[in-house]
Amino acid sequence: MIGYLLRRLGYALPIMLGVSFLCFMLVYLAPGDPLVSILPADASAELQKQMMQLYGFDRPLIEQFVRWLWRALQGDLGHSIATSRPVVDEVFKAVGNTLMIAVLATLIGFTLGALFGFVAGYFRNSWGDRLASFVSVIGVSLPNYWLGMVLVIVFSAQLMWLPATGAGPGGSGSWTWDWEHVQYLILPALTMSFIPMGIVARTVRALVADILSQEFVVGLRARGLGEWGVFKHVVKNCAPTALAVMGLQLGYLLGGSILIETVFSWPGTGFLLNQAIFQRDLPLLQGTILVLALFFVALNLLVDVLQTIFDPRIERG
Amino acid sequence: MTAATFTDTRGRTPVVRSRGHGANVLRRLLRNPVAMIAATIILLLVLMAIFAPWLMPADPYATSMLKRLKPIGTEGLPLGSDELGRDLLSRLMLGGRLSLFMGIAPVVMAFIIGGGIGILAGYAGGWLNTAIMRCIDVLYAFPSVLLAIALSGALGAGITNALVSLTVVFIPQIARIAESVTTQVRRSDYVDAARASGASSLLIIRKHVLGNVIGPIFVYATSLISVSMILASGLSFLGLGVKPPQPEWGLMLNTLRTAIYTQPWVAALPGLMIFITSVSFNMLADGLRSAMEVKQ
Repeated sequence: MIGYLLRRLGYALPIMLGVSFLCFMLVYLAPGDPLVSILPADASAELQKQMMQLYGFDRPLIEQFVRWLWRALQGDLGHSIATSRPVVDEVFKAVGNTLMIAVLATLIGFTLGALFGFVAGYFRNSWGDRLASFVSVIGVSLPNYWLGMVLVIVFSAQLMWLPATGAGPGGSGSWTWDWEHVQYLILPALTMSFIPMGIVARTVRALVADILSQEFVVGLRARGLGEWGVFKHVVKNCAPTALAVMGLQLGYLLGGSILIETVFSWPGTGFLLNQAIFQRDLPLLQGTILVLALFFVALNLLVDVLQTIFDPRIERG
Repeated sequence: MTAATFTDTRGRTPVVRSRGHGANVLRRLLRNPVAMIAATIILLLVLMAIFAPWLMPADPYATSMLKRLKPIGTEGLPLGSDELGRDLLSRLMLGGRLSLFMGIAPVVMAFIIGGGIGILAGYAGGWLNTAIMRCIDVLYAFPSVLLAIALSGALGAGITNALVSLTVVFIPQIARIAESVTTQVRRSDYVDAARASGASSLLIIRKHVLGNVIGPIFVYATSLISVSMILASGLSFLGLGVKPPQPEWGLMLNTLRTAIYTQPWVAALPGLMIFITSVSFNMLADGLRSAMEVKQ
């Protein structure tokens, strides 16, 4: 077990290094001189010097990368061009906001997806199965930016039940967990929950069908265990994989929140990315992508490790 | 599986021949009603996009301040008009061209490039495999949307940049599948036999590997078209893909976003087109996958 964990970590570290290198290279991908593209148009000589120092554009690429990474490890991702605040501050404020809707969306998606998946897996080829399979195909084929618009049209523009955009009556600065604010969470989280719902439903359906066809289930039934008892065994057996899928979905939602946040003007990482792109704020773009991508890699690692700990059947080579 | 019976022209001994794998897959696919409905919808959409210039009832670029944001079913504007008074039906039809192209082209390019990289890595094995696959893993470590946004955000808006970003997003996914099927084939007995009988690597790749790996890679690639459609239109929705006044569904959805309080259902139409296309590709890919699984 310890050996596996070490090997898994030994595999994740080079990936993290590679991911950081790709993020570092984003500045070079941008058209034009990298120094010019990360400086505001009216950059002072002092800022120019500071940026030269931070990135060291006059040095070899590898040395630049190592310097940049070293600073990033110490929590220095440079300053935003637009606001001139530290990128790290901006990103972590936004990550909190995105986490709110992403976690809520994962919970909604997992609950509904597991429900559909169980119905479909238990009653294979019934109308319930067909409905559940249909729902899961719809879930993964819906452009979620469009779904968000449709939900706004129905629940905000027509029915006027819920607010359309923003993060509370007083903006994002004064978030509290009361209805006044929570109602702003509902539509973005619901929109976001459709993809995890579809994927969890598909996974759980396959898992349940597979477990039900195994000999130990026949054995349990033969020994006179009731349907409820069998059900508990099925849940126990498919929980590790289903929870692992849920964990990864949270990572995908965090990384892919830009479209939904744009629709709902939700002040999270996606909104930050949108701003960064259109103000050509490359340090901000680079920093946000780096944090989100590393978070995703770390989450993958965590899910893998937890799965190994909780599901001893899995033997890793 | 029933075998077709042939009698040659001179009426001699009947030769029993089984159908090819491709014919079997096609036959199973044709028997799947959901896949056939999806294929018909896709065919109609493609025809609509190709013949849009002749089918369009009006000029999709002609603006009119008087005809702005008319509802669905207005005289002369069957699907209403957009925020600049342009005929929405015509724009949806012509918009299909760019939307379908931008959804399908990245998958085709990634199929060629990613498939090539994966087959090379899988066939070569050893350190070359490790080197290639670790690089692929780095790209794979990004959530697709994030990688697409990162690349096209850095490169800047435009059709070419969006296509490049999306291709890079799909390369690692296809390369991974290609690598794993090729590795399986490489370890099979018939490849060993071919090598023992003195066949060159190139010949083995062409005769034995390609024929056996193209199918699974192709099926996987088709399942990516649905995601690609959503992502490509998503980039245009964000303003990172197609630029106005070109009609494209994602971009149209974006510019009509301001109209959700005045003409909500007109504003939702471009998204409906993206949704229909993406569901159809998804269902066709599902049908193709189950048709490829040989269940006798």
